[in-house]
Amino acid sequence: MKILIDEGKCVGAGTCVLAAADVFDQRDEDGIVVLLDDDPPHALLPQVMDAAARCPALAIEVVE
Amino acid sequence: MTNTPPLKTQPTVRSCPFDPPEEYRTLREQEPVAPVTFPDGAAGWLVTRYDDVRTVLSDPRFSAKRIVLRPGGGGMEDAPPPPPGLFIMMDAPEHTRFRRLLTGQFTVRRMRQLAPAVEKIVAEQLDAMAAAEGPVDLVQAFALPVPSLVICELLGVPYADREEFQRNSATIVRLHSSPEEFQQAQAALRGYIHQLVLAKREKPTDDILSELVQSGELTDEELVGVGVLLLIAGHETTANMIALSTMCLLQNPEQLAALRADPSLMDGAVEELLRYLTVVQFGVRRTALEDVELHGQQIKEGSTVVASLASGNRDTEHLADDPEALDVGRPHSAHLAFGHGIHQCLGQQLARAELKAALSALLDRFPTLRLAVPVEEVPMRDDMLVYGVHELPVTW
Repeated sequence: MKILIDEGKCVGAGTCVLAAADVFDQRDEDGIVVLLDDDPPHALLPQVMDAAARCPALAIEVVE
Repeated sequence: MTNTPPLKTQPTVRSCPFDPPEEYRTLREQEPVAPVTFPDGAAGWLVTRYDDVRTVLSDPRFSAKRIVLRPGGGGMEDAPPPPPGLFIMMDAPEHTRFRRLLTGQFTVRRMRQLAPAVEKIVAEQLDAMAAAEGPVDLVQAFALPVPSLVICELLGVPYADREEFQRNSATIVRLHSSPEEFQQAQAALRGYIHQLVLAKREKPTDDILSELVQSGELTDEELVGVGVLLLIAGHETTANMIALSTMCLLQNPEQLAALRADPSLMDGAVEELLRYLTVVQFGVRRTALEDVELHGQQIKEGSTVVASLASGNRDTEHLADDPEALDVGRPHSAHLAFGHGIHQCLGQQLARAELKAALSALLDRFPTLRLAVPVEEVPMRDDMLVYGVHELPVTW
C-alpha cells in the first residue's frame, strides 16, 4: 500500500491521527499532517482507509 | 391562476429530546434535496443524506461566504465581505491563512498534553458540586464552567469576566434575539476582546491570543474576530454536549451501566454521543457559486443550501446498523458532528478531551446521579443555534 498526502489541502483536524496513530502525525508548529510511514504493513490497511475516509479535506490518498 | 403549494420550512419540532425532528427521516427517503423557506424569508434547499451533506461541505462549488438572502436566491455580487477574522465565513485561500495560524494550537498531541489541566478543572468543579446539597443545575455547576474555564485559560481571557461574555455569547446564538440585541452583544464582545488584544500587545502572556498578537500576521480587527469566534465556539458547544450527554445517558440506563462497567468504552462513547446528539441542530449553510445538480435537483447559482449534520448522522448510508439507536459500544464512525470539509471544527480535539474528562469524572464521582425533575420538565434549547438544555436539575 502506498499513501499520498496533499499538505496543501490539509486543515490540521487531526482525524487521521485518531484513526491510525502509527502512520500519521501532525507537525507541532502548524498541525499539518506528517506521514510516519508511506508504505505501512498491510495489516494497517483498514485503519489507513479509515483515516482517508475521515479526513475532512480529502488530503489522503491510498493506493493499494 | 395556479395554486402554489405551501412552502416548507426547516423542521424544528422534536418528539424526543435526543432525536432530530421526525420529518428528516421522510426527507432522507423521499426528498433528499428539498426546497425550503428559511425563517428570514429566503428560499433555498435542505440536504439531509450523509453523502450529500459531505458533498455540500467539501465541494468548492459551495461557498461559506454568506450572501444577501432573498427569495429565489441572489447573486454573489450582493455578498458582503465576511467580517474581519471571521474565518468560518471565508473560502480558501483566505480561510487557509487563518486556519494555518491556529491549527498548531489544537493538535491531537497538544490536546493530550492539556488533559491533566482539564482533569484538574473538572475535579475542582465536581468538588464544589459535591459540597453543595443537591439538587443543583448541572449546567451552571459543571457543564458550562468546565469548557469556559478551559477556553479562558487557553485563549488568555480572564474567567472573572465570564458573566458578561457568556451573556453576550448566548444572545448571539439565540434564534429570537432582535437585530438590535444581536448587534449590541456582538459589539460588546468585540470591544471586550479588543481591550484584551491591546493589553496583550503591551504585556504578552502565555496564551493563544498573545501568540497571535505577537505573530504580527493579523490586524487588530482580525485578531478581534478570531478571538470572539474562539471564545464563543469554545464554550457553547462543549457545555451543551456535556449536559445533554449526561441527560441522555441518565435516560438510557442500560447504556450508562455498560459505560460504568467498562470505562475503556469512554472514547467510543464520546464519539457516539457526538453523533447521536449533534448539537449544531439547524445544520450548516452554504451558497452555490454556480449551478449545481444534486440528486437530479438543479441548485441555481446564488442559492442557499443547508446541510443537516443531525440528519446525516442518522442516515443508514452512514451507519447500516440502526443509526437511530444510541450504542456506546459502537465502533468510531466518520460522523458529521464537527462538520466536514475545510471548516471542520478546529477545536474538535479539545472538545473530545473535555467531554472525556468531564463525563468520566462525573459518572465516577456521582454513582447515584439522577434527574431531579421529570424529564418533560427539562427546558430544551430548541431556540438556540446550539441544541442542549437551558438547565439540568440533578441530584444524587
